[in-house]
Amino acid sequence: MDWLKIGSALFLLAMIIFLFPRAKHAIENSPKGSMQDWMGYILPMAAVILFVILLIALV
Amino acid sequence: MQLNTAVTRSQEAILATNKVIKNTYILLSMSLLFSAFAAFLGVISGIGHGVALVASIAGIAMLWFVLPRTANSAAGIPVLFGITGLLGFGLGPVLNYYLAVNPSIVMTALGGTGAIFLGLSGYALTTRKDFSFLGGFVMVGMLVVLGAALLNIFLGIPALFLAVNAAVVMIMSAFILWETSSLIHNGETNYIMAAAGLFLSILNMFQALLHLLGAFGGND
Repeated sequence: MDWLKIGSALFLLAMIIFLFPRAKHAIENSPKGSMQDWMGYILPMAAVILFVILLIALV
Repeated sequence: MQLNTAVTRSQEAILATNKVIKNTYILLSMSLLFSAFAAFLGVISGIGHGVALVASIAGIAMLWFVLPRTANSAAGIPVLFGITGLLGFGLGPVLNYYLAVNPSIVMTALGGTGAIFLGLSGYALTTRKDFSFLGGFVMVGMLVVLGAALLNIFLGIPALFLAVNAAVVMIMSAFILWETSSLIHNGETNYIMAAAGLFLSILNMFQALLHLLGAFGGND
């Protein structure tokens, strides 16, 4: 195990520790989305997935 | 009289929101250009992974500890440029690797990231939908991805690496919708913080697309 891996692991661990309270706050305070709201999210995500597949095919 | 006051306030609120959106996109464009220049310096100077890691850690540390304290003053703008410069410079070794393997991967990832960002921002701005419900989903998704990436440093499973990068593209897409919607609906009124959030989502998406295209592109 080289020091680069250890450094990267510590960096990611620090990010998790830093983000955890924010994530908790966001979960507790975010409004709940309706079915219509989630559909409004799923449609652009489907377009993103198709676009990434297209990019992979192009390279 | 009350109606006139309400209409004036509403117009002022709309103007203020539009000003925040305009300033965010101007600052984001400038910071992306600066970051691209720093990435170019990172590529031509041939920095190693160690230097890149230190630059990235310094950039994230500034984002966490310095930017929140300076974002409400003029000092926030040079701090943001410092962050974007360091994070761009940290891309040097990854860009060098993919430029050596197949330069079209870098150009395709760059164009793809730009197209996804413009498409999602345009979608959020034109539909004016409220994506605030995505807040918890984005945060939990980021924690899961970070946990999986941490685990994979020790396990080294290629399939998990690709799954993490695919998930990053999805989560950053959700983050762009959430942040843009937050600008429209007055959740975020500080254009420096908004530009920093959007910059990070673009940077992460670009890196994830690089890895995905590199893995599936055929020449890796």
